Amino acid sequence: MGAPPLDDFITAAAAVLDLPLEPAWLPAVRANLEVSLKLGNMVAEFPLPDAAEPAPIFKA
Amino acid sequence: MADDFDWANSADIAKAVGSGKTSASSVTEAALARIAKLNPTLNAFTTVTAARARAQAKKIDAADKSKLTLAGVPFAVKNLFDIAGVTTVAGSKINRAHPPAKKDSPLIARLEAAGAVLVGALNMGEYAYDFTGENVHDGPSRNPHDITRMSGGSSGGSGTAVGGGLVPLALGSDTNGSIRVPSSLCGIFGLKPTYGRMTRANSFPFVASLDHLGPFARSVRDLALSYDAMQGFDADDAACVDRPVELATPLLERGLDGLRIATAGGYFKKGASPEALSALDTVAKALNARNDIEIPEAARARAAAYIITTTEGAALHLERLRKQGNDFDPAVRDRLIAGAMVPSTLVVKAQNFRRWYRERMLELFKDCDAILAPATPTTAPKLGQVNFVLDGVELPVRANMGVYTQPISFIGLPVVAVPVPLKPLPIGVQIICAPWREDIALRIAYALEQMGVCVAPQPKF
Repeated sequence: MGAPPLDDFITAAAAVLDLPLEPAWLPAVRANLEVSLKLGNMVAEFPLPDAAEPAPIFKA
Repeated sequence: MADDFDWANSADIAKAVGSGKTSASSVTEAALARIAKLNPTLNAFTTVTAARARAQAKKIDAADKSKLTLAGVPFAVKNLFDIAGVTTVAGSKINRAHPPAKKDSPLIARLEAAGAVLVGALNMGEYAYDFTGENVHDGPSRNPHDITRMSGGSSGGSGTAVGGGLVPLALGSDTNGSIRVPSSLCGIFGLKPTYGRMTRANSFPFVASLDHLGPFARSVRDLALSYDAMQGFDADDAACVDRPVELATPLLERGLDGLRIATAGGYFKKGASPEALSALDTVAKALNARNDIEIPEAARARAAAYIITTTEGAALHLERLRKQGNDFDPAVRDRLIAGAMVPSTLVVKAQNFRRWYRERMLELFKDCDAILAPATPTTAPKLGQVNFVLDGVELPVRANMGVYTQPISFIGLPVVAVPVPLKPLPIGVQIICAPWREDIALRIAYALEQMGVCVAPQPKF
């Protein structure tokens, strides 16, 4: 059984970001990234017009 | 005499100190004695500033107290607030190497200017990325109603200290629910003001576009008094909005007449435990809040808040992750490392969605003045409990205790969390209002308190 597909991305991203990643940390990092990607994609699939402005700092 | 004030509210203490019935020094000594007695069990405090407290109390006793709304009131702050002469650890091991802070957070200075007496710094989840109140370096802050259970986080020590009767007033921070979650689990009142209302200068950040600071108390009047004392523009916080001070205390007794109060349905009832739903129902009935309204796309709002949090948090801590990964709480480190790897396109999409969601929420407030929602999905879980079941799905406690708070702070709305004293454990309800209408949330909370529906239960030790 091969490594989960996300592991290759995590290993490469850690190298690009110059983030030390001990092998023992990988399962928890993968679990967290899986949740983030699932939630991120849930937001991204929501249709918004091209003109929709981001709100980096919320003003009430 | 001081013993009479062990469970006293700030307003009562200030009145007694102001009238000369007792002294600030006497109240301070009693608070320090309570902390010495109870903190070994509850683990709320990480630093006790006894010498400073005694000096401030002495100063208050010698002062004209006629205008001091918090004369002699002991208070403590989450250990991410700067206290002059104390290192701001923010729940971490890493920050212990930092030099002591040179000056106080302006919110501490403003409370002290109103006569309050700082007695120490409080335990918290590491770097505020937490809903449990557990801390691998300092040990967990414990729930005062059952010390085998969580206080909630990340302002866990603030919840424990106020709910456990160590102090009547504490400050905390709320990025995704870190004031409202401990308020709920510890059975106390908490106020998360509108984003931009309270200065965050001289406090350790987590997520700049979501961070709020605010008070915890055992009465609504105490929340209002401290909130009023802390308002005011501060150019040292880029997000602090320059607007006039809008006192809430004088408006507390206006009652419910004319207020349109609704209950959040859909997402906010899905997955909630019977206790959370019972508390919500009790509050809704007391307020005659008959209408359910649907907050649109709340699940997506929570998801977007999650993405912004994990990525902004990762950016904040990137250098520490590179150099000191083994010094983090592993649960925090692994979330932050994952956050650093989230594609930037998803972050921008989350910010796009944020503006859309804000517009929809503001439309809802054209037809109502306040929305009720659960503060937490359950009462306090056991310490060390990793997962719980929400809506039939097993999920991590640490990331999901804020499912009902995140969609609200995401767009900076003001909220008062009110405690419903269920047995054996209390649980909170959120009173959510339009931006800058903290006064309405506090007014509704005060009415609930007067009805006896929402009170902070006194734990038995």
